[in-house]
Amino acid sequence: MSADLTELYQQVILDHNRRPRNRGKLPTANRVAHGDNPTCGDQCSVYLRMDGDRIAEISFDGSGCAISQASASLMTTQIKGKTAPEVQTLYKNFHDIVTTGNAPEEISDLGAFAGVHAFPARIKCATLGWHAAIEAMKSDPMPTTTTESHVD
Amino acid sequence: MLDIQKIRADFPILHQQVHGKPLIYLDNGATSQKPRAVIDSLVHYYERDNSNVHRGLHALSMRATDAYEGARTRIAKFIHAADPAEIIFTRGTTESINLVARSWGHAHLKPGDIVLTTEIEHHSNLVPWQQAARASGATLTYVPVLGADGEGGLDLAALDRLLTPQVKLFAFTHISNTLGTVNPAAEFCRRARAVGAVTVIDAAQSIGHTPFDVQALGADFVAFSGHKMCGPTGIGVLYGRRALLDQLAPDETGGGMVSQVTYDDARWKPAPERFEAGTPNMADAIALGVACDYLDALGRDRIAAHDAVLAQCAMAKLSTLPGIRIIGPRAGAERSGLVSFAFAEVHAHDIVTFADEDGLALRGGHHCNQPLMRKLGLTGTTRASFYLYNTEEEIDLLVASLRRTVKFFGVT
Ligand SMILES: Cc1ncc(COP(=O)(O)O)c(C=O)c1O
Repeated sequence: MSADLTELYQQVILDHNRRPRNRGKLPTANRVAHGDNPTCGDQCSVYLRMDGDRIAEISFDGSGCAISQASASLMTTQIKGKTAPEVQTLYKNFHDIVTTGNAPEEISDLGAFAGVHAFPARIKCATLGWHAAIEAMKSDPMPTTTTESHVD
Repeated sequence: MLDIQKIRADFPILHQQVHGKPLIYLDNGATSQKPRAVIDSLVHYYERDNSNVHRGLHALSMRATDAYEGARTRIAKFIHAADPAEIIFTRGTTESINLVARSWGHAHLKPGDIVLTTEIEHHSNLVPWQQAARASGATLTYVPVLGADGEGGLDLAALDRLLTPQVKLFAFTHISNTLGTVNPAAEFCRRARAVGAVTVIDAAQSIGHTPFDVQALGADFVAFSGHKMCGPTGIGVLYGRRALLDQLAPDETGGGMVSQVTYDDARWKPAPERFEAGTPNMADAIALGVACDYLDALGRDRIAAHDAVLAQCAMAKLSTLPGIRIIGPRAGAERSGLVSFAFAEVHAHDIVTFADEDGLALRGGHHCNQPLMRKLGLTGTTRASFYLYNTEEEIDLLVASLRRTVKFFGVT
Protein backbone atom coordinates (compact mmCIF):
# COMPACT_ATOMS: atom_id res chain seq x y z
CA MET A 1 0.00 0.00 0.00
CA SER A 2 1.34 3.42 -0.88
CA ALA A 3 2.45 5.94 1.70
CA ASP A 4 -0.29 8.33 0.53
CA LEU A 5 -2.98 5.73 1.18
CA THR A 6 -1.64 4.88 4.64
CA GLU A 7 -1.62 8.62 5.37
CA LEU A 8 -5.23 8.92 4.20
CA TYR A 9 -6.64 5.93 6.04
CA GLN A 10 -5.14 6.61 9.46
CA GLN A 11 -6.07 4.40 12.40
CA VAL A 12 -8.17 7.20 13.91
CA ILE A 13 -10.20 7.42 10.70
CA LEU A 14 -10.69 3.67 10.40
CA ASP A 15 -11.75 3.54 14.02
CA HIS A 16 -14.35 6.29 13.66
CA ASN A 17 -15.58 4.68 10.44
CA ARG A 18 -16.01 1.32 12.13
CA ARG A 19 -17.44 2.65 15.39
CA PRO A 20 -18.99 6.02 14.65
CA ARG A 21 -19.60 8.26 17.67
CA ASN A 22 -22.90 10.09 18.17
CA ARG A 23 -24.53 8.39 15.25
CA GLY A 24 -28.30 8.45 14.75
CA LYS A 25 -31.12 10.93 15.11
CA LEU A 26 -31.16 13.13 18.20
CA PRO A 27 -34.68 13.06 19.65
CA THR A 28 -34.15 16.29 21.55
CA ALA A 29 -32.65 18.19 18.60
CA ASN A 30 -33.84 21.73 17.99
CA ARG A 31 -31.68 22.29 14.88
CA VAL A 32 -30.97 20.06 11.93
CA ALA A 33 -29.37 20.40 8.51
CA HIS A 34 -28.64 17.99 5.69
CA GLY A 35 -25.62 18.06 3.44
CA ASP A 36 -25.18 16.03 0.33
CA ASN A 37 -22.66 15.56 -2.39
CA PRO A 38 -24.67 15.14 -5.59
CA THR A 39 -21.69 13.86 -7.54
CA CYS A 40 -20.89 10.96 -5.24
CA GLY A 41 -24.16 10.52 -3.37
CA ASP A 42 -22.70 10.98 0.12
CA GLN A 43 -25.22 12.23 2.63
CA CYS A 44 -24.93 13.62 6.11
CA SER A 45 -27.50 15.05 8.50
CA VAL A 46 -26.38 16.83 11.64
CA TYR A 47 -28.74 17.20 14.61
CA LEU A 48 -28.07 19.75 17.34
CA ARG A 49 -29.63 20.69 20.62
CA MET A 50 -28.54 24.24 21.14
CA ASP A 51 -28.55 25.49 24.70
CA GLY A 52 -28.25 29.23 24.39
CA ASP A 53 -25.41 29.77 21.97
CA ARG A 54 -23.69 26.47 22.74
CA ILE A 55 -24.09 22.99 21.28
CA ALA A 56 -25.41 20.95 24.19
CA GLU A 57 -25.93 17.75 22.23
CA ILE A 58 -25.04 16.63 18.76
CA SER A 59 -25.48 13.65 16.48
CA PHE A 60 -25.10 12.80 12.83
CA ASP A 61 -26.63 10.36 10.42
CA GLY A 62 -25.95 9.47 6.82
CA SER A 63 -24.05 7.32 4.42
CA GLY A 64 -20.85 7.68 2.52
CA CYS A 65 -17.20 6.76 2.32
CA ALA A 66 -14.95 6.12 5.30
CA ILE A 67 -13.53 9.64 5.09
CA SER A 68 -16.92 11.36 5.21
CA GLN A 69 -18.33 9.16 7.95
CA ALA A 70 -15.21 9.29 10.12
CA SER A 71 -14.92 13.02 9.68
CA ALA A 72 -18.53 13.61 10.73
CA SER A 73 -18.10 11.27 13.70
CA LEU A 74 -14.90 12.94 14.90
CA MET A 75 -16.40 16.36 14.36
CA THR A 76 -19.30 15.61 16.71
CA THR A 77 -16.80 14.85 19.50
CA GLN A 78 -14.87 18.05 18.80
CA ILE A 79 -17.64 20.64 18.59
CA LYS A 80 -19.91 19.56 21.39
CA GLY A 81 -20.07 22.38 23.93
CA LYS A 82 -18.80 24.94 21.44
CA THR A 83 -20.35 28.20 20.22
CA ALA A 84 -20.78 29.11 16.56
CA PRO A 85 -17.61 31.28 16.41
CA GLU A 86 -15.63 28.49 18.09
CA VAL A 87 -16.92 25.98 15.55
CA GLN A 88 -15.98 28.35 12.73
CA THR A 89 -12.43 28.58 14.06
CA LEU A 90 -12.15 24.80 14.38
CA TYR A 91 -13.52 24.37 10.87
CA LYS A 92 -11.00 26.85 9.51
CA ASN A 93 -8.19 24.86 11.12
CA PHE A 94 -9.66 21.62 9.80
CA HIS A 95 -10.03 23.05 6.30
CA ASP A 96 -6.37 24.16 6.40
CA ILE A 97 -5.34 20.65 7.45
CA VAL A 98 -7.21 18.86 4.67
CA THR A 99 -6.15 21.31 1.96
CA THR A 100 -2.49 21.81 2.95
CA GLY A 101 -1.64 18.62 4.84
CA ASN A 102 -0.09 20.66 7.65
CA ALA A 103 -1.47 19.79 11.06
CA PRO A 104 -0.31 21.93 14.01
CA GLU A 105 0.62 19.96 17.16
CA GLU A 106 -2.22 21.24 19.35
CA ILE A 107 -4.91 20.21 16.91
CA SER A 108 -5.55 16.74 18.38
CA ASP A 109 -7.27 14.00 16.39
CA LEU A 110 -8.34 16.30 13.57
CA GLY A 111 -4.74 16.11 12.36
CA ALA A 112 -5.48 12.54 11.24
CA PHE A 113 -7.16 14.08 8.22
CA ALA A 114 -3.95 15.67 6.92
CA GLY A 115 -3.59 12.82 4.41
CA VAL A 116 -6.70 14.01 2.58
CA HIS A 117 -4.74 16.82 0.94
CA ALA A 118 -3.03 14.30 -1.37
CA PHE A 119 -6.50 13.30 -2.65
CA PRO A 120 -8.15 16.56 -3.74
CA ALA A 121 -11.31 14.72 -4.86
CA ARG A 122 -11.84 13.60 -1.25
CA ILE A 123 -11.69 17.04 0.41
CA LYS A 124 -15.41 17.46 -0.03
CA CYS A 125 -15.95 14.10 1.68
CA ALA A 126 -13.99 15.29 4.71
CA THR A 127 -15.85 18.60 4.96
CA LEU A 128 -19.40 17.31 4.32
CA GLY A 129 -20.33 16.89 8.01
CA TRP A 130 -18.79 20.24 8.96
CA HIS A 131 -20.86 22.06 6.37
CA ALA A 132 -24.00 20.41 7.66
CA ALA A 133 -23.10 21.32 11.27
CA ILE A 134 -22.41 24.95 10.38
CA GLU A 135 -25.68 25.13 8.44
CA ALA A 136 -27.52 23.59 11.36
CA MET A 137 -26.13 26.20 13.77
CA LYS A 138 -27.20 29.00 11.44
CA SER A 139 -30.63 27.51 10.84
CA ASP A 140 -33.81 28.59 12.54
CA PRO A 141 -34.92 26.34 15.35
CA MET A 142 -36.72 23.38 13.61
CA PRO A 143 -38.09 22.92 10.90
CA THR A 144 -35.32 21.43 8.84
CA THR A 145 -33.20 23.28 6.32
CA THR A 146 -31.56 21.65 3.37
CA THR A 147 -28.27 22.47 1.74
CA GLU A 148 -28.30 21.06 -1.75
CA SER A 149 -24.59 21.13 -2.21
CA HIS A 150 -21.66 22.99 -0.81
CA VAL A 151 -18.50 24.70 -1.86
CA ASP A 152 -15.15 24.14 -0.24
CA MET B 1 -11.61 -14.39 -31.68
CA LEU B 2 -10.23 -10.90 -31.27
CA ASP B 3 -6.48 -10.37 -31.17
CA ILE B 4 -6.45 -8.34 -27.98
CA GLN B 5 -2.76 -7.47 -28.01
CA LYS B 6 -3.10 -6.09 -31.53
CA ILE B 7 -6.18 -4.12 -30.49
CA ARG B 8 -4.38 -2.72 -27.44
CA ALA B 9 -1.63 -1.43 -29.71
CA ASP B 10 -4.28 0.71 -31.46
CA PHE B 11 -5.09 2.63 -28.26
CA PRO B 12 -2.27 5.02 -27.31
CA ILE B 13 -3.76 5.94 -23.93
CA LEU B 14 -3.58 2.38 -22.60
CA HIS B 15 0.21 2.42 -22.62
CA GLN B 16 0.89 4.45 -19.52
CA GLN B 17 1.47 4.04 -15.83
CA VAL B 18 -0.82 5.36 -13.12
CA HIS B 19 0.70 5.70 -9.63
CA GLY B 20 3.62 3.65 -10.94
CA LYS B 21 1.40 0.76 -12.11
CA PRO B 22 0.28 -0.10 -15.64
CA LEU B 23 -3.11 1.48 -16.31
CA ILE B 24 -6.03 -0.97 -16.19
CA TYR B 25 -8.97 0.87 -17.64
CA LEU B 26 -12.24 -0.65 -16.46
CA ASP B 27 -14.51 2.40 -16.72
CA ASN B 28 -15.75 1.83 -20.25
CA GLY B 29 -19.37 2.21 -19.19
CA ALA B 30 -18.58 5.86 -18.52
CA THR B 31 -16.54 6.42 -21.65
CA SER B 32 -14.40 4.28 -23.92
CA GLN B 33 -10.87 5.01 -25.06
CA LYS B 34 -10.12 6.05 -28.66
CA PRO B 35 -8.11 4.16 -31.25
CA ARG B 36 -5.33 5.90 -33.18
CA ALA B 37 -7.49 5.99 -36.34
CA VAL B 38 -10.14 8.14 -34.60
CA ILE B 39 -7.54 10.50 -33.13
CA ASP B 40 -5.84 10.78 -36.53
CA SER B 41 -9.16 11.60 -38.16
CA LEU B 42 -9.62 14.58 -35.83
CA VAL B 43 -6.13 15.85 -36.53
CA HIS B 44 -6.54 15.34 -40.27
CA TYR B 45 -9.82 17.22 -40.31
CA TYR B 46 -8.40 20.26 -38.54
CA GLU B 47 -5.14 20.19 -40.49
CA ARG B 48 -6.60 19.61 -43.96
CA ASP B 49 -10.38 19.91 -44.37
CA ASN B 50 -11.77 22.27 -41.72
CA SER B 51 -14.46 24.51 -43.14
CA ASN B 52 -18.15 25.14 -42.54
CA VAL B 53 -20.49 22.61 -44.12
CA HIS B 54 -23.44 23.16 -46.47
CA ARG B 55 -22.54 26.82 -46.94
CA GLY B 56 -19.48 27.31 -49.07
CA LEU B 57 -18.81 26.59 -52.67
CA HIS B 58 -15.06 26.46 -52.19
CA ALA B 59 -12.98 23.31 -52.18
CA LEU B 60 -12.58 22.99 -48.42
CA SER B 61 -16.26 23.49 -47.72
CA MET B 62 -17.16 20.85 -50.23
CA ARG B 63 -14.61 18.46 -48.79
CA ALA B 64 -15.90 19.05 -45.26
CA THR B 65 -19.51 18.66 -46.41
CA ASP B 66 -18.73 15.41 -48.20
CA ALA B 67 -16.95 14.03 -45.16
CA TYR B 68 -19.74 15.13 -42.78
CA GLU B 69 -22.52 13.68 -44.94
CA GLY B 70 -20.35 10.63 -45.56
CA ALA B 71 -20.24 10.08 -41.81
CA ARG B 72 -24.03 10.27 -41.69
CA THR B 73 -24.26 7.58 -44.37
CA ARG B 74 -21.64 5.50 -42.56
CA ILE B 75 -23.57 5.66 -39.30
CA ALA B 76 -26.84 4.82 -41.07
CA LYS B 77 -25.13 1.66 -42.31
CA PHE B 78 -23.71 0.98 -38.84
CA ILE B 79 -27.22 0.72 -37.37
CA HIS B 80 -28.88 -0.45 -40.61
CA ALA B 81 -31.12 2.61 -40.97
CA ALA B 82 -33.15 2.67 -44.19
CA ASP B 83 -32.13 6.24 -45.03
CA PRO B 84 -29.20 8.49 -43.93
CA ALA B 85 -31.76 11.27 -43.38
CA GLU B 86 -32.86 9.29 -40.32
CA ILE B 87 -29.53 10.08 -38.62
CA ILE B 88 -29.56 13.33 -36.66
CA PHE B 89 -26.30 14.43 -35.11
CA THR B 90 -26.55 15.59 -31.50
CA ARG B 91 -24.15 16.05 -28.57
CA GLY B 92 -24.94 12.58 -27.29
CA THR B 93 -27.56 10.29 -25.80
CA THR B 94 -28.79 12.91 -23.36
CA GLU B 95 -29.42 15.53 -26.02
CA SER B 96 -31.01 12.95 -28.32
CA ILE B 97 -33.52 11.87 -25.69
CA ASN B 98 -34.26 15.47 -24.73
CA LEU B 99 -34.94 16.27 -28.38
CA VAL B 100 -37.59 13.53 -28.59
CA ALA B 101 -39.03 14.38 -25.19
CA ARG B 102 -39.46 18.03 -26.12
CA SER B 103 -40.35 17.89 -29.82
CA TRP B 104 -42.36 14.70 -29.89
CA GLY B 105 -43.66 15.15 -26.36
CA HIS B 106 -44.85 18.67 -27.01
CA ALA B 107 -46.69 17.68 -30.19
CA HIS B 108 -48.28 14.44 -29.00
CA LEU B 109 -48.67 14.21 -25.23
CA LYS B 110 -51.81 15.39 -23.47
CA PRO B 111 -53.50 14.88 -20.09
CA GLY B 112 -54.62 11.27 -19.66
CA ASP B 113 -51.77 9.90 -21.79
CA ILE B 114 -49.16 7.62 -20.30
CA VAL B 115 -45.43 7.65 -20.89
CA LEU B 116 -43.96 4.31 -19.94
CA THR B 117 -40.37 3.80 -18.93
CA THR B 118 -38.58 1.39 -16.57
CA GLU B 119 -37.12 1.36 -13.08
CA ILE B 120 -33.59 0.78 -14.37
CA GLU B 121 -33.11 3.86 -16.55
CA HIS B 122 -30.15 6.21 -16.47
CA HIS B 123 -31.21 9.71 -15.33
CA SER B 124 -30.88 10.71 -19.02
CA ASN B 125 -33.79 8.48 -19.95
CA LEU B 126 -35.85 9.36 -16.90
CA VAL B 127 -35.67 13.06 -16.07
CA PRO B 128 -36.57 14.22 -19.64
CA TRP B 129 -39.75 12.07 -19.42
CA GLN B 130 -40.57 13.48 -16.00
CA GLN B 131 -40.31 16.92 -17.55
CA ALA B 132 -42.35 15.99 -20.64
CA ALA B 133 -45.06 14.42 -18.49
CA ARG B 134 -45.17 17.45 -16.21
CA ALA B 135 -45.38 19.86 -19.15
CA SER B 136 -48.19 17.95 -20.89
CA GLY B 137 -50.21 16.59 -17.98
CA ALA B 138 -49.38 13.01 -19.01
CA THR B 139 -48.56 10.35 -16.41
CA LEU B 140 -45.16 8.67 -16.15
CA THR B 141 -45.24 4.96 -15.27
CA TYR B 142 -42.39 2.52 -14.64
CA VAL B 143 -41.97 -1.15 -15.53
CA PRO B 144 -40.66 -2.71 -12.30
CA VAL B 145 -37.39 -4.59 -12.01
CA LEU B 146 -37.53 -7.99 -10.29
CA GLY B 147 -35.34 -9.43 -7.54
CA ALA B 148 -33.61 -8.02 -4.46
CA ASP B 149 -30.49 -7.48 -6.58
CA GLY B 150 -32.37 -6.61 -9.76
CA GLU B 151 -31.33 -10.03 -11.01
CA GLY B 152 -34.76 -10.87 -12.43
CA GLY B 153 -34.70 -8.19 -15.10
CA LEU B 154 -37.78 -6.21 -16.00
CA ASP B 155 -41.15 -7.69 -15.08
CA LEU B 156 -42.55 -8.83 -18.43
CA ALA B 157 -45.94 -9.73 -16.99
CA ALA B 158 -46.22 -6.23 -15.56
CA LEU B 159 -45.16 -4.82 -18.93
CA ASP B 160 -48.14 -6.52 -20.56
CA ARG B 161 -50.44 -5.04 -17.92
CA LEU B 162 -48.90 -1.59 -18.18
CA LEU B 163 -48.90 -1.39 -22.00
CA THR B 164 -52.44 -0.09 -22.38
CA PRO B 165 -53.75 1.96 -25.32
CA GLN B 166 -53.21 5.08 -23.16
CA VAL B 167 -49.45 4.53 -23.46
CA LYS B 168 -48.24 6.90 -26.14
CA LEU B 169 -44.53 6.29 -25.75
CA PHE B 170 -42.32 3.59 -24.24
CA ALA B 171 -38.72 4.61 -23.48
CA PHE B 172 -36.30 1.92 -22.29
CA THR B 173 -32.64 1.16 -22.16
CA HIS B 174 -31.20 -1.61 -24.31
CA ILE B 175 -28.47 -2.40 -21.76
CA SER B 176 -28.52 -1.19 -18.16
CA ASN B 177 -25.38 0.77 -17.27
CA THR B 178 -25.70 -0.35 -13.62
CA LEU B 179 -27.09 -3.89 -13.67
CA GLY B 180 -25.66 -5.12 -16.97
CA THR B 181 -29.13 -6.40 -17.90
CA VAL B 182 -29.74 -6.83 -21.62
CA ASN B 183 -33.36 -6.03 -22.39
CA PRO B 184 -35.22 -7.89 -25.15
CA ALA B 185 -35.45 -4.73 -27.24
CA ALA B 186 -37.12 -6.26 -30.29
CA GLU B 187 -39.77 -7.87 -28.09
CA PHE B 188 -40.38 -4.55 -26.27
CA CYS B 189 -40.79 -2.73 -29.60
CA ARG B 190 -43.19 -5.38 -30.86
CA ARG B 191 -45.36 -5.20 -27.75
CA ALA B 192 -45.34 -1.39 -27.79
CA ARG B 193 -46.32 -1.29 -31.44
CA ALA B 194 -49.27 -3.56 -30.71
CA VAL B 195 -50.83 -0.79 -28.58
CA GLY B 196 -49.73 1.99 -30.92
CA ALA B 197 -46.98 3.35 -28.65
CA VAL B 198 -43.86 4.97 -30.07
CA THR B 199 -40.58 3.44 -28.82
CA VAL B 200 -37.39 5.19 -27.71
CA ILE B 201 -34.33 3.00 -27.12
CA ASP B 202 -31.44 4.27 -25.03
CA ALA B 203 -28.61 2.46 -26.81
CA ALA B 204 -25.76 4.25 -25.00
CA GLN B 205 -24.37 1.02 -23.52
CA SER B 206 -25.12 -1.30 -26.42
CA ILE B 207 -24.33 0.50 -29.64
CA GLY B 208 -20.57 -0.11 -29.64
CA HIS B 209 -20.80 -3.50 -27.95
CA THR B 210 -23.23 -5.58 -29.94
CA PRO B 211 -24.65 -5.83 -33.48
CA PHE B 212 -27.44 -3.29 -33.81
CA ASP B 213 -30.12 -3.17 -36.51
CA VAL B 214 -32.83 -0.54 -36.03
CA GLN B 215 -35.07 -2.12 -38.63
CA ALA B 216 -34.83 -5.62 -37.19
CA LEU B 217 -35.52 -4.15 -33.72
CA GLY B 218 -38.48 -2.20 -35.05
CA ALA B 219 -37.45 0.92 -33.12
CA ASP B 220 -38.99 4.35 -33.71
CA PHE B 221 -36.25 6.40 -32.02
CA VAL B 222 -32.77 5.36 -30.88
CA ALA B 223 -30.33 7.51 -28.92
CA PHE B 224 -26.60 6.91 -28.49
CA SER B 225 -23.28 8.65 -27.79
CA GLY B 226 -20.09 8.51 -29.81
CA HIS B 227 -17.76 8.56 -26.82
CA LYS B 228 -18.82 5.15 -25.50
CA MET B 229 -18.12 3.45 -28.85
CA CYS B 230 -14.51 4.53 -29.46
CA GLY B 231 -15.63 7.86 -30.96
CA PRO B 232 -14.98 11.40 -29.74
CA THR B 233 -16.87 13.22 -26.99
CA GLY B 234 -19.45 15.83 -27.93
CA ILE B 235 -21.09 13.84 -30.72
CA GLY B 236 -24.00 11.46 -30.67
CA VAL B 237 -26.97 10.41 -32.71
CA LEU B 238 -30.71 10.42 -32.63
CA TYR B 239 -32.10 7.91 -35.07
CA GLY B 240 -35.75 8.52 -35.93
CA ARG B 241 -37.97 6.67 -38.37
CA ARG B 242 -38.40 8.91 -41.41
CA ALA B 243 -42.19 8.96 -41.20
CA LEU B 244 -42.00 10.23 -37.61
CA LEU B 245 -39.27 12.80 -38.25
CA ASP B 246 -41.17 14.32 -41.16
CA GLN B 247 -44.09 15.14 -38.87
CA LEU B 248 -41.93 16.51 -36.10
CA ALA B 249 -41.34 20.20 -35.42
CA PRO B 250 -37.78 21.28 -34.62
CA ASP B 251 -36.69 21.81 -31.06
CA GLU B 252 -34.08 24.43 -31.86
CA THR B 253 -34.27 26.92 -34.71
CA GLY B 254 -31.70 29.06 -36.51
CA GLY B 255 -29.32 28.80 -39.42
CA GLY B 256 -28.98 25.67 -41.52
CA MET B 257 -32.40 24.22 -40.72
CA VAL B 258 -34.64 26.63 -42.67
CA SER B 259 -35.63 26.65 -46.33
CA GLN B 260 -37.40 30.03 -46.55
CA VAL B 261 -37.24 32.91 -44.09
CA THR B 262 -39.17 36.16 -44.22
CA TYR B 263 -39.53 38.84 -41.55
CA ASP B 264 -42.81 37.18 -40.60
CA ASP B 265 -42.16 33.48 -40.85
CA ALA B 266 -39.83 30.59 -41.59
CA ARG B 267 -40.16 27.19 -43.19
CA TRP B 268 -38.20 24.14 -42.13
CA LYS B 269 -35.99 21.91 -44.19
CA PRO B 270 -36.77 18.21 -44.01
CA ALA B 271 -34.88 15.89 -41.64
CA PRO B 272 -32.05 15.67 -40.79
CA GLU B 273 -31.22 19.38 -41.28
CA ARG B 274 -34.48 20.40 -39.58
CA PHE B 275 -33.01 19.13 -36.30
CA GLU B 276 -29.47 20.42 -36.72
CA ALA B 277 -29.70 24.18 -36.24
CA GLY B 278 -26.40 26.05 -36.35
CA THR B 279 -22.93 24.91 -37.36
CA PRO B 280 -22.77 21.21 -36.54
CA ASN B 281 -19.94 19.34 -34.80
CA MET B 282 -18.26 18.33 -38.03
CA ALA B 283 -14.89 17.06 -36.84
CA ASP B 284 -16.39 14.75 -34.24
CA ALA B 285 -19.14 13.46 -36.56
CA ILE B 286 -16.51 12.53 -39.14
CA ALA B 287 -14.36 10.83 -36.49
CA LEU B 288 -17.44 8.93 -35.30
CA GLY B 289 -17.74 7.51 -38.81
CA VAL B 290 -14.15 6.31 -38.45
CA ALA B 291 -15.03 4.68 -35.12
CA CYS B 292 -17.80 2.78 -36.96
CA ASP B 293 -15.21 1.54 -39.47
CA TYR B 294 -12.92 0.49 -36.65
CA LEU B 295 -15.59 -1.48 -34.78
CA ASP B 296 -17.04 -3.11 -37.88
CA ALA B 297 -13.61 -4.22 -39.09
CA LEU B 298 -13.28 -6.15 -35.82
CA GLY B 299 -16.91 -7.24 -35.79
CA ARG B 300 -19.42 -6.25 -33.13
CA ASP B 301 -20.50 -9.88 -32.81
CA ARG B 302 -16.94 -10.71 -31.73
CA ILE B 303 -16.79 -7.73 -29.40
CA ALA B 304 -20.04 -8.91 -27.79
CA ALA B 305 -18.60 -12.40 -27.36
CA HIS B 306 -15.43 -10.95 -25.80
CA ASP B 307 -17.49 -8.77 -23.41
CA ALA B 308 -19.52 -11.83 -22.41
CA VAL B 309 -16.41 -13.91 -21.65
CA LEU B 310 -14.97 -11.10 -19.49
CA ALA B 311 -18.29 -10.59 -17.69
CA GLN B 312 -18.61 -14.29 -16.79
CA CYS B 313 -14.94 -14.44 -15.77
CA ALA B 314 -15.44 -11.38 -13.53
CA MET B 315 -18.64 -12.84 -12.04
CA ALA B 316 -16.86 -16.08 -11.13
CA LYS B 317 -13.78 -14.42 -9.66
CA LEU B 318 -15.49 -11.53 -7.87
CA SER B 319 -17.92 -13.88 -6.17
CA THR B 320 -14.99 -15.40 -4.22
CA LEU B 321 -14.51 -12.11 -2.32
CA PRO B 322 -15.84 -12.06 1.25
CA GLY B 323 -18.98 -10.00 1.79
CA ILE B 324 -19.48 -9.03 -1.85
CA ARG B 325 -22.96 -8.33 -3.18
CA ILE B 326 -23.15 -8.39 -6.99
CA ILE B 327 -26.23 -6.82 -8.53
CA GLY B 328 -27.85 -7.64 -11.86
CA PRO B 329 -28.13 -10.99 -13.65
CA ARG B 330 -26.79 -14.04 -11.79
CA ALA B 331 -23.65 -15.88 -12.92
CA GLY B 332 -24.32 -17.75 -16.15
CA ALA B 333 -27.30 -15.58 -17.14
CA GLU B 334 -27.01 -13.15 -20.04
CA ARG B 335 -25.19 -9.99 -18.99
CA SER B 336 -23.37 -7.24 -20.84
CA GLY B 337 -19.69 -6.54 -20.19
CA LEU B 338 -20.03 -4.90 -16.82
CA VAL B 339 -20.34 -5.92 -13.17
CA SER B 340 -21.55 -3.71 -10.29
CA PHE B 341 -20.95 -4.78 -6.73
CA ALA B 342 -21.02 -3.55 -3.15
CA PHE B 343 -19.58 -4.48 0.22
CA ALA B 344 -21.69 -3.79 3.29
CA GLU B 345 -18.67 -2.54 5.24
CA VAL B 346 -16.61 -0.74 2.61
CA HIS B 347 -17.99 2.19 0.67
CA ALA B 348 -17.57 2.33 -3.11
CA HIS B 349 -15.44 5.49 -2.94
CA ASP B 350 -12.96 3.88 -0.63
CA ILE B 351 -12.78 0.89 -2.98
CA VAL B 352 -12.20 3.15 -5.98
CA THR B 353 -9.48 5.12 -4.17
CA PHE B 354 -7.62 1.93 -3.26
CA ALA B 355 -8.02 0.49 -6.76
CA ASP B 356 -6.70 3.72 -8.27
CA GLU B 357 -3.48 3.25 -6.33
CA ASP B 358 -3.14 -0.09 -8.14
CA GLY B 359 -3.58 1.55 -11.54
CA LEU B 360 -7.21 0.46 -11.87
CA ALA B 361 -9.82 2.88 -13.19
CA LEU B 362 -13.22 1.92 -11.71
CA ARG B 363 -16.41 3.84 -11.17
CA GLY B 364 -17.99 4.20 -7.75
CA GLY B 365 -21.29 5.84 -6.91
CA HIS B 366 -24.91 5.81 -8.01
CA HIS B 367 -24.14 5.65 -11.77
CA CYS B 368 -26.88 8.20 -12.55
CA ASN B 369 -29.39 5.63 -11.27
CA GLN B 370 -30.45 7.11 -7.94
CA PRO B 371 -34.01 5.70 -7.83
CA LEU B 372 -32.74 2.21 -8.67
CA MET B 373 -30.05 2.40 -5.98
CA ARG B 374 -32.69 3.41 -3.44
CA LYS B 375 -34.93 0.53 -4.54
CA LEU B 376 -32.09 -1.97 -4.09
CA GLY B 377 -31.24 -0.46 -0.69
CA LEU B 378 -27.82 0.71 -1.84
CA THR B 379 -26.12 4.08 -1.57
CA GLY B 380 -23.82 3.21 -4.43
CA THR B 381 -21.86 0.45 -6.07
CA THR B 382 -18.45 -0.07 -7.60
CA ARG B 383 -18.59 -0.88 -11.28
CA ALA B 384 -16.05 -2.58 -13.53
CA SER B 385 -17.03 -2.21 -17.18
CA PHE B 386 -15.13 -3.94 -19.95
CA TYR B 387 -14.45 -3.39 -23.62
CA LEU B 388 -12.56 -4.84 -26.52
CA TYR B 389 -9.08 -4.12 -25.12
CA ASN B 390 -9.60 -5.66 -21.67
CA THR B 391 -8.18 -9.03 -20.68
CA GLU B 392 -8.76 -11.78 -18.12
CA GLU B 393 -5.38 -10.91 -16.57
CA GLU B 394 -6.74 -7.44 -15.82
CA ILE B 395 -9.69 -9.04 -14.05
CA ASP B 396 -7.25 -11.09 -11.93
CA LEU B 397 -5.48 -7.87 -10.94
CA LEU B 398 -8.83 -6.27 -10.14
CA VAL B 399 -9.82 -9.13 -7.86
CA ALA B 400 -6.40 -9.14 -6.15
CA SER B 401 -6.65 -5.40 -5.53
CA LEU B 402 -10.18 -5.70 -4.13
CA ARG B 403 -9.11 -8.57 -1.90
CA ARG B 404 -6.37 -6.41 -0.36
CA THR B 405 -8.79 -3.54 0.14
CA VAL B 406 -11.54 -5.47 1.90
CA LYS B 407 -8.90 -7.10 4.08
CA PHE B 408 -7.56 -3.68 5.02
CA PHE B 409 -11.07 -2.66 6.11
CA GLY B 410 -11.33 -5.83 8.17
CA VAL B 411 -13.87 -7.73 6.06
CA THR B 412 -13.24 -11.46 6.34
C1 LIG C 1 -27.59 3.87 -20.30
C2 LIG C 1 -27.10 5.27 -20.48
N1 LIG C 1 -27.93 6.21 -20.96
C3 LIG C 1 -27.53 7.47 -21.16
C4 LIG C 1 -26.26 7.89 -20.87
C5 LIG C 1 -25.89 9.31 -21.10
O1 LIG C 1 -24.97 9.46 -22.12
P1 LIG C 1 -24.29 10.85 -22.40
O2 LIG C 1 -23.77 11.34 -21.09
O3 LIG C 1 -23.21 10.55 -23.37
O4 LIG C 1 -25.34 11.76 -22.96
C6 LIG C 1 -25.35 6.96 -20.36
C7 LIG C 1 -23.97 7.37 -20.05
O5 LIG C 1 -23.52 7.40 -18.94
C8 LIG C 1 -25.79 5.63 -20.15
O6 LIG C 1 -24.96 4.71 -19.65
